[in-house]
Amino acid sequence: MSAVLNARHVVVAALLTILALLPLYTALTGNYFLLTLFTRIVILGMAATSLNLILGYGGMVSFGHAAYLGIGGYVVGILAKEGITSGFVQWPLALAISGLFALVIGALCLRTRGVYFIMITLAFSQMIYYVASSLAQYGGDDGLTINRRSQFIEPINLSNKTTFYYVCLIILVATIYLVWRLVNSRFGMVIQGARANDRRMRAIGFPTFRYRLVCFVIAGTLCGLSGVLIANHTDFVSPAMMHWTRSGDLIVMVVLGGMASSFGPLIGAVTLLLLEEVLSGVTEYWQIILGPLLLLVVLFARGGIDGLLEQAAAWRPVKVADPSAGLGHG
Amino acid sequence: MLYFIEQCLNGVQLGMLLFLLAAGLTLIFGIMDLVNLAHGSLYMIGAYFAATFADLTHSFVLGAVLGLAATLVVGMAVEVIAMRRLYGRDHLDHVLGTFGLILFFNELVRLVWGPAGMTLPLPSQLLTAVQVLPGVYYPLYRLVIIVTTLLVALLLYVVVMRTRIGMLIRAGASNREMVGALGVNIKLLYTLVFGLGAALAGFAGLMQAPILTVQIGMGENILILAFVVIIIGGIGSVRGALVASIFVGLVDTIGRAFLPDLLRLFMSTNAASTVGPAVSSMLIYLLMALILVFRPEGLFPAARR
Repeated sequence: MSAVLNARHVVVAALLTILALLPLYTALTGNYFLLTLFTRIVILGMAATSLNLILGYGGMVSFGHAAYLGIGGYVVGILAKEGITSGFVQWPLALAISGLFALVIGALCLRTRGVYFIMITLAFSQMIYYVASSLAQYGGDDGLTINRRSQFIEPINLSNKTTFYYVCLIILVATIYLVWRLVNSRFGMVIQGARANDRRMRAIGFPTFRYRLVCFVIAGTLCGLSGVLIANHTDFVSPAMMHWTRSGDLIVMVVLGGMASSFGPLIGAVTLLLLEEVLSGVTEYWQIILGPLLLLVVLFARGGIDGLLEQAAAWRPVKVADPSAGLGHG
Repeated sequence: MLYFIEQCLNGVQLGMLLFLLAAGLTLIFGIMDLVNLAHGSLYMIGAYFAATFADLTHSFVLGAVLGLAATLVVGMAVEVIAMRRLYGRDHLDHVLGTFGLILFFNELVRLVWGPAGMTLPLPSQLLTAVQVLPGVYYPLYRLVIIVTTLLVALLLYVVVMRTRIGMLIRAGASNREMVGALGVNIKLLYTLVFGLGAALAGFAGLMQAPILTVQIGMGENILILAFVVIIIGGIGSVRGALVASIFVGLVDTIGRAFLPDLLRLFMSTNAASTVGPAVSSMLIYLLMALILVFRPEGLFPAARR
């Protein structure tokens, strides 16, 4: 098959180029608003990518993914408050704790199916939300200000906005690559097989529970990393970052962008957050537009933006009418 | 001891409110196979309507009745406009669509009623406390909640198990096509069931309104507790919802009231006052986890289809 430059590739390439060159624009204009906004988009795009691993590929509809954002963030916040600001301590610890939490929660949640799974992941993330609210010495409901971002060795200074943006972007791209490698590996095949027909996968000898649990832990750990980044980005953690509507936002990003597609969650994050930005500029009551819009996406654009692009891509070769196009299929 | 009895009654009262929400959720799930996150919005809308009508009519009872009727109408409208299109879809679609509805309703309420909350004042007759046991006084209104909710539960049981419409509802739950083929207007039936669930949620909202303030997002935290209830009780089972909601209400209330003191017995006061609130807010979820380990489908799993 020839590498046709289809609409999907164009959008992804354009998006990555814009993301890579954005600091240049900022440096030229001195306008840091876009850089701050896009740092947030990149971080949440990474969180959505991690959710896509279990939601899109694994069929596990987790409604508690924002809990890991909170866990990652709180590890950074609490350590910083206790005077440990080294990123070499903070980051691995945040990942380990997120992963451990995912292991415990996953072992319980994955015993259930369907709507039980949705509700129980929601309930557990709500539990973490309440625990964070009750941490009186770490700000309780009001949250905790982080005075010093994670410290690394010299060239990497996270307090520099551009450096921090590029760190986030590199981690995002690495995450997308990791997820892509994972889902195309044997492991990923088992996960997707278990989504399509779990009973059959078990019948042919795969212990799918273990595979799904590992997948759940990987997704949780990756999301914990985006929590670390969010905490460094806003210099602040609060229970609000794991409010259940944040988990809902992550699901929206994944579905809006396109489930089970490599760049879908990033596209979804860009779309949702830019939409928020634009709509909230139009009216104070912007969610009155966003809500019904979500319903419309669910009803009419099930494959998300990536699905639409794919349709556009599939539609194009027909117009070109390459006579050899039909030969490959037999 | 008196304090303990009072807390038990508070727990039962919370449980009864949870039951009103959980019963609607579990009915809608059991019959239409629909996950409705926007159930909490209907709870909120019930409270807002009741507060508004009570303000206009200067009567608590009239406000409650009109509020209930208005929530029923809103619920049926939501079903006709949006929910109907979601039946038979993936649960993920339900989650997303109803999440959109939550955003919509929260913002709509902010637009119509403004960001400040409202209050629903009780009539003075209900403001007294009554002696429930020698020496134990309990607010009359909370007792009214317990009694009316029990009556509603009874009514619900009679309607579902003993009337023709209830029979149709149960038949619709087991085989939608067959009931439709026998000439029953299944669409209308579903609209009615959704309206009934909405009315139950609205009723819970307006009963709770005088105790807490009426505010945006008031339905969301209690909705998640209602989820815990139906996970524990078994989705689709009204009986399970009743048992589990009283259980959850009691454990949550008593845990919050006594756990910090209990921890103080074997911890320093300082440590107990830090750990206490955290553990007591986790208690109900830990309990849910424990039950799921032994009964992944809840205590009273609904019959398989």
